[in-house]
Amino acid sequence: MIPAGGTDDGGIGTSFEKVLSGIEQADAGDGVVLLCDLGSAILTAETALDFLDDAVRARVRIVDAPLVEGGVAAAVAAEIGGDLESVVRAARSAAEGVPAAPVDPASPPLVTRTVTLVNKDGLHARPAADFVKLASTFTARVTVNGKDASSLLAVMSLGLIRGMTAEISSSDENGAEAVAALGDLLESGFGEE
Amino acid sequence: MNLDVTWAKAWITTGAAVMNEHRVELINLDREIGDGDHGENMDRGFQAVLLKLDDLPAEANPGDVFKLVATTLISTVGGAAGPLYGTAFLKAAVAVTGSAELDGAALVALLTAARDGIVLRGKAESGDKTMVDAWTPAVDAADAARAGGADGPAILAAAAAAAEAGAEATEPWVARKGRASYLGERAIGHRDPGAQSSALLLRAAADTAAGD
Repeated sequence: MIPAGGTDDGGIGTSFEKVLSGIEQADAGDGVVLLCDLGSAILTAETALDFLDDAVRARVRIVDAPLVEGGVAAAVAAEIGGDLESVVRAARSAAEGVPAAPVDPASPPLVTRTVTLVNKDGLHARPAADFVKLASTFTARVTVNGKDASSLLAVMSLGLIRGMTAEISSSDENGAEAVAALGDLLESGFGEE
Repeated sequence: MNLDVTWAKAWITTGAAVMNEHRVELINLDREIGDGDHGENMDRGFQAVLLKLDDLPAEANPGDVFKLVATTLISTVGGAAGPLYGTAFLKAAVAVTGSAELDGAALVALLTAARDGIVLRGKAESGDKTMVDAWTPAVDAADAARAGGADGPAILAAAAAAAEAGAEATEPWVARKGRASYLGERAIGHRDPGAQSSALLLRAAADTAAGD
């Protein structure tokens, strides 16, 4: 994740050089997702794209998403090995707000486990990313307190801290393994105190 | 004067002086309906261009001058005007590439390409209270002057006058693009700073072509 904010001399504005070299640094061949807020940042990002080789430009995407939330969601999607399009989707999801739970509330969960959070930061930041990363490795759809367990923003929006309980559920037939693994991760305290 | 590389350099040199001279005026216009950095940014960008003009090779043509202006403005202006003017000059450079001297048709092509570059980058339309409101009347006036048989300097004079009128015409409007669009009706009564700097730049083109 390469920050490219501010002018060359550190003032308010946008530096073409910073944006262009940021794209080059971030580009390992799999693609680059570019998040920018408004005005000159967007125009400079679009201009920088014009200066790239066709092959590089084809794998760079400018995504209209909130800078902080979109950046966090995109970083987690990239970290868990998502391809360019899934990183784009993750960033864009931040613009749409927290996604709805993936299960029909009318269909009762087949498996549920309730866990009390033991670590200091609860399900926030890195622990939330670890949790989402693990949830994403299962095909079964899982919810935590009714929110999509594979959506970082959804999990973080729960604001679960130490002492609170998380209800992990799945309505999928193959969901038991995922619910067990996610419950174990929460009980482990993520290696935190 | 002949509209060759000497004119292109004279235009940009005069343009830089004009941006410096009108720095405070552009800052004040932008402070009223934007973020107040337009004069500062344009002055910084054109001063950076000035430092590089002498490095152009002796066999450079007008297109090379415009390309240098484009890349320098893009990397030094720092605000939205950088990519907008940068793209304008880049497209203008392509439109006249290889030509040692620009005739009326080439001037109209240059202005049209510059305007199209601004539209491509900023996605503004006429009446949005932006640079486009200076450039589109300039392009139309240049085209009409050329069709009427005007020579290069007269075409540029027509473009400059139309750009000035276009910039002035933005005063009573509500902005629909850029930061001024956040202000709604509070933008009424204020001239668009980008349209004003565009008019200043085109006036510099006309004045240098006329030999002033």
